[in-house]
Amino acid sequence: MSYPVLGGGFFLAGRAAAETKRRLREAGLAAELVRRVVVATYEAEMNICIHAVSGRIHLRVENDRVKVVATDRGAGIADIAQALRPGFSTASEKARQLGFGAGMGFANMQRCADSFRITSEVGCGTTVTMEFWPRPQTEETGP
Amino acid sequence: MTVIEAAESLGLEVLTGPQGLPRTITGACASDLLSYVMARAKPGYLWLTIQVHPNVVGVAELLELAAVVITDGQNPEPATLEKAREHGVTILTTPDPTYAVAGKLYGLGVR
Repeated sequence: MSYPVLGGGFFLAGRAAAETKRRLREAGLAAELVRRVVVATYEAEMNICIHAVSGRIHLRVENDRVKVVATDRGAGIADIAQALRPGFSTASEKARQLGFGAGMGFANMQRCADSFRITSEVGCGTTVTMEFWPRPQTEETGP
Repeated sequence: MTVIEAAESLGLEVLTGPQGLPRTITGACASDLLSYVMARAKPGYLWLTIQVHPNVVGVAELLELAAVVITDGQNPEPATLEKAREHGVTILTTPDPTYAVAGKLYGLGVR
Protein backbone atom coordinates (compact mmCIF):
# COMPACT_ATOMS: atom_id res chain seq x y z
CA MET A 1 0.00 0.00 0.00
CA SER A 2 1.14 3.57 -0.38
CA TYR A 3 0.21 6.98 0.97
CA PRO A 4 0.59 10.37 -0.71
CA VAL A 5 2.55 13.07 1.12
CA LEU A 6 2.24 16.74 0.26
CA GLY A 7 5.25 19.01 0.30
CA GLY A 8 5.41 22.62 1.25
CA GLY A 9 4.03 22.46 4.76
CA PHE A 10 4.34 20.56 7.98
CA PHE A 11 0.80 20.81 9.23
CA LEU A 12 -0.46 17.73 7.47
CA ALA A 13 2.67 15.78 8.32
CA GLY A 14 2.33 12.61 10.31
CA ARG A 15 -0.64 11.12 8.49
CA ALA A 16 1.37 8.53 6.57
CA ALA A 17 3.19 7.56 9.77
CA ALA A 18 -0.11 7.26 11.64
CA GLU A 19 -1.60 5.14 8.87
CA THR A 20 1.56 3.00 8.81
CA LYS A 21 1.26 2.45 12.56
CA ARG A 22 -2.35 1.38 12.23
CA ARG A 23 -1.52 -1.13 9.49
CA LEU A 24 1.41 -2.63 11.39
CA ARG A 25 -0.69 -2.98 14.53
CA GLU A 26 -3.35 -4.76 12.52
CA ALA A 27 -0.68 -7.07 11.14
CA GLY A 28 0.15 -7.99 14.74
CA LEU A 29 3.81 -6.98 14.64
CA ALA A 30 5.86 -6.57 17.84
CA ALA A 31 5.59 -3.19 19.58
CA GLU A 32 9.32 -2.38 19.37
CA LEU A 33 9.38 -3.13 15.65
CA VAL A 34 6.28 -0.99 15.07
CA ARG A 35 7.86 1.82 17.07
CA ARG A 36 11.04 1.84 14.98
CA VAL A 37 9.14 1.77 11.69
CA VAL A 38 6.84 4.57 12.85
CA VAL A 39 9.68 6.85 14.01
CA ALA A 40 11.63 6.32 10.78
CA THR A 41 8.51 6.78 8.63
CA TYR A 42 7.61 9.99 10.46
CA GLU A 43 11.08 11.39 9.79
CA ALA A 44 10.94 10.42 6.12
CA GLU A 45 7.46 11.93 5.81
CA MET A 46 8.62 15.10 7.53
CA ASN A 47 11.53 15.42 5.10
CA ILE A 48 9.11 15.26 2.17
CA CYS A 49 6.83 17.86 3.79
CA ILE A 50 9.69 20.26 4.47
CA HIS A 51 11.84 19.83 1.38
CA ALA A 52 9.88 18.33 -1.51
CA VAL A 53 7.00 19.23 -3.81
CA SER A 54 5.20 15.98 -3.20
CA GLY A 55 5.95 12.36 -2.48
CA ARG A 56 4.72 8.94 -1.54
CA ILE A 57 5.38 6.50 1.23
CA HIS A 58 5.17 2.86 0.21
CA LEU A 59 4.75 0.22 2.87
CA ARG A 60 5.21 -3.51 2.47
CA VAL A 61 4.86 -6.10 5.18
CA GLU A 62 6.06 -9.64 4.63
CA ASN A 63 5.73 -11.85 7.69
CA ASP A 64 7.63 -9.91 10.35
CA ARG A 65 9.72 -7.85 7.95
CA VAL A 66 8.73 -4.35 6.92
CA LYS A 67 9.90 -2.30 3.95
CA VAL A 68 9.27 1.44 3.71
CA VAL A 69 10.12 3.40 0.58
CA ALA A 70 9.77 7.19 0.77
CA THR A 71 10.08 8.79 -2.62
CA ASP A 72 9.60 12.41 -3.62
CA ARG A 73 9.63 14.89 -6.45
CA GLY A 74 11.71 17.86 -5.45
CA ALA A 75 15.07 19.55 -5.45
CA GLY A 76 17.02 16.40 -4.65
CA ILE A 77 20.22 16.27 -2.61
CA ALA A 78 23.54 17.23 -4.22
CA ASP A 79 25.79 16.00 -1.42
CA ILE A 80 24.26 12.99 0.32
CA ALA A 81 27.19 12.49 2.72
CA GLN A 82 26.71 16.05 3.97
CA ALA A 83 22.93 15.58 4.28
CA LEU A 84 23.44 12.46 6.38
CA ARG A 85 25.80 14.21 8.80
CA PRO A 86 24.01 14.63 12.16
CA GLY A 87 23.17 18.28 12.76
CA PHE A 88 23.29 19.27 9.10
CA SER A 89 20.05 20.76 7.79
CA THR A 90 18.84 23.04 5.03
CA ALA A 91 15.44 23.58 6.67
CA SER A 92 14.08 27.12 6.79
CA GLU A 93 14.25 29.32 9.85
CA LYS A 94 10.49 28.93 10.17
CA ALA A 95 10.76 25.13 10.19
CA ARG A 96 13.47 25.28 12.84
CA GLN A 97 11.43 27.53 15.08
CA LEU A 98 8.71 24.91 15.03
CA GLY A 99 11.17 22.26 16.15
CA PHE A 100 11.86 20.66 12.77
CA GLY A 101 15.09 20.68 10.82
CA ALA A 102 17.39 19.80 13.70
CA GLY A 103 19.52 17.68 11.39
CA MET A 104 18.45 14.55 13.28
CA GLY A 105 16.04 13.03 10.78
CA PHE A 106 18.40 10.78 8.83
CA ALA A 107 20.20 9.80 12.05
CA ASN A 108 16.87 8.68 13.51
CA MET A 109 16.01 6.76 10.34
CA GLN A 110 19.38 5.01 10.31
CA ARG A 111 19.15 4.11 13.98
CA CYS A 112 15.66 2.68 13.63
CA ALA A 113 16.09 0.84 10.34
CA ASP A 114 18.00 -2.41 9.90
CA SER A 115 18.83 -1.46 6.33
CA PHE A 116 18.94 2.10 4.94
CA ARG A 117 19.54 3.27 1.40
CA ILE A 118 19.21 6.72 -0.14
CA THR A 119 19.45 7.80 -3.75
CA SER A 120 18.87 11.26 -5.12
CA GLU A 121 18.94 13.15 -8.36
CA VAL A 122 19.34 16.90 -8.24
CA GLY A 123 16.31 18.60 -9.77
CA CYS A 124 14.25 15.40 -9.70
CA GLY A 125 13.90 14.00 -6.22
CA THR A 126 15.03 11.62 -3.52
CA THR A 127 14.23 8.05 -2.56
CA VAL A 128 14.86 6.56 0.86
CA THR A 129 14.51 2.79 1.20
CA MET A 130 14.42 1.24 4.65
CA GLU A 131 13.92 -2.29 5.84
CA PHE A 132 13.10 -3.43 9.32
CA TRP A 133 13.07 -6.78 11.05
CA PRO A 134 12.71 -7.89 14.66
CA ARG A 135 15.78 -7.39 16.83
CA PRO A 136 16.80 -9.77 19.64
CA GLN A 137 15.27 -8.80 22.98
CA THR A 138 18.68 -8.45 24.66
CA GLU A 139 19.74 -5.70 22.28
CA GLU A 140 19.02 -2.04 23.05
CA THR A 141 15.90 -1.70 20.98
CA GLY A 142 14.92 1.91 21.45
CA PRO A 143 16.28 4.36 18.92
CA MET B 1 2.58 8.59 39.32
CA THR B 2 -0.40 9.26 37.10
CA VAL B 3 -1.01 12.27 34.87
CA ILE B 4 -3.69 13.64 37.21
CA GLU B 5 -1.36 13.28 40.22
CA ALA B 6 1.36 15.18 38.37
CA ALA B 7 -1.14 17.83 37.34
CA GLU B 8 -2.27 18.31 40.94
CA SER B 9 1.26 18.33 42.39
CA LEU B 10 2.57 20.84 39.86
CA GLY B 11 -0.58 22.91 39.43
CA LEU B 12 -0.87 22.12 35.73
CA GLU B 13 -3.98 23.16 33.87
CA VAL B 14 -5.73 20.36 31.98
CA LEU B 15 -6.96 21.55 28.56
CA THR B 16 -8.30 18.27 27.22
CA GLY B 17 -10.78 15.64 28.38
CA PRO B 18 -10.46 13.40 31.43
CA GLN B 19 -9.86 10.09 29.65
CA GLY B 20 -6.04 10.29 29.65
CA LEU B 21 -5.64 11.52 33.21
CA PRO B 22 -5.44 8.14 35.00
CA ARG B 23 -2.51 7.09 32.79
CA THR B 24 0.72 6.15 34.54
CA ILE B 25 3.78 8.27 33.74
CA THR B 26 6.76 6.07 32.88
CA GLY B 27 9.32 8.83 32.37
CA ALA B 28 9.72 12.29 30.90
CA CYS B 29 11.44 14.13 28.09
CA ALA B 30 12.10 17.90 27.86
CA SER B 31 12.84 19.20 24.36
CA ASP B 32 11.50 21.51 21.67
CA LEU B 33 13.04 19.49 18.84
CA LEU B 34 10.57 16.99 17.46
CA SER B 35 13.24 14.63 16.16
CA TYR B 36 14.86 14.55 19.58
CA VAL B 37 11.57 13.54 21.14
CA MET B 38 11.01 10.95 18.40
CA ALA B 39 14.38 9.47 19.29
CA ARG B 40 14.14 9.58 23.07
CA ALA B 41 10.58 9.47 24.33
CA LYS B 42 8.95 6.14 25.08
CA PRO B 43 5.32 5.12 25.60
CA GLY B 44 3.92 6.66 28.78
CA TYR B 45 6.38 9.56 28.85
CA LEU B 46 5.45 13.11 29.75
CA TRP B 47 6.77 15.59 27.18
CA LEU B 48 7.69 19.11 28.28
CA THR B 49 7.88 21.66 25.47
CA ILE B 50 7.16 25.23 24.44
CA GLN B 51 6.00 24.09 20.98
CA VAL B 52 2.29 24.78 20.45
CA HIS B 53 1.52 23.63 16.89
CA PRO B 54 -0.56 20.57 15.87
CA ASN B 55 2.46 18.40 15.03
CA VAL B 56 3.05 18.14 18.77
CA VAL B 57 -0.14 16.08 18.95
CA GLY B 58 0.98 13.91 16.03
CA VAL B 59 4.25 13.09 17.76
CA ALA B 60 2.56 12.44 21.11
CA GLU B 61 0.05 10.11 19.50
CA LEU B 62 2.60 8.18 17.44
CA LEU B 63 4.80 7.64 20.49
CA GLU B 64 1.85 6.95 22.81
CA LEU B 65 3.02 9.54 25.31
CA ALA B 66 1.10 9.94 28.58
CA ALA B 67 0.63 13.69 28.06
CA VAL B 68 2.19 16.88 26.70
CA VAL B 69 3.01 19.70 29.13
CA ILE B 70 3.22 23.05 27.34
CA THR B 71 5.39 25.22 29.57
CA ASP B 72 6.36 28.82 30.05
CA GLY B 73 2.84 30.24 29.72
CA GLN B 74 2.58 29.24 26.07
CA ASN B 75 -0.89 28.45 24.80
CA PRO B 76 -1.55 25.71 22.27
CA GLU B 77 -2.98 26.82 18.95
CA PRO B 78 -6.72 26.12 18.59
CA ALA B 79 -5.95 23.53 15.88
CA THR B 80 -3.61 21.78 18.31
CA LEU B 81 -6.29 21.46 20.98
CA GLU B 82 -8.85 20.34 18.46
CA LYS B 83 -6.53 17.63 17.16
CA ALA B 84 -5.61 16.56 20.70
CA ARG B 85 -9.24 16.13 21.67
CA GLU B 86 -9.97 14.27 18.45
CA HIS B 87 -7.05 11.86 18.97
CA GLY B 88 -7.29 11.45 22.74
CA VAL B 89 -3.99 13.19 23.50
CA THR B 90 -3.79 14.94 26.89
CA ILE B 91 -2.51 18.54 26.89
CA LEU B 92 -1.54 20.37 30.08
CA THR B 93 -0.20 23.89 30.49
CA THR B 94 1.78 25.79 33.09
CA PRO B 95 3.25 29.28 33.46
CA ASP B 96 6.47 27.71 34.81
CA PRO B 97 9.48 27.33 32.50
CA THR B 98 10.51 23.88 31.28
CA TYR B 99 13.53 23.79 33.57
CA ALA B 100 11.45 24.33 36.71
CA VAL B 101 8.81 21.77 35.70
CA ALA B 102 11.49 19.19 34.90
CA GLY B 103 13.16 19.78 38.26
CA LYS B 104 9.93 19.37 40.17
CA LEU B 105 9.00 16.21 38.26
CA TYR B 106 12.42 14.77 38.96
CA GLY B 107 11.95 15.56 42.63
CA LEU B 108 8.60 13.78 42.58
CA GLY B 109 10.31 10.62 41.38
CA VAL B 110 9.73 10.81 37.61
CA ARG B 111 13.13 9.69 36.31
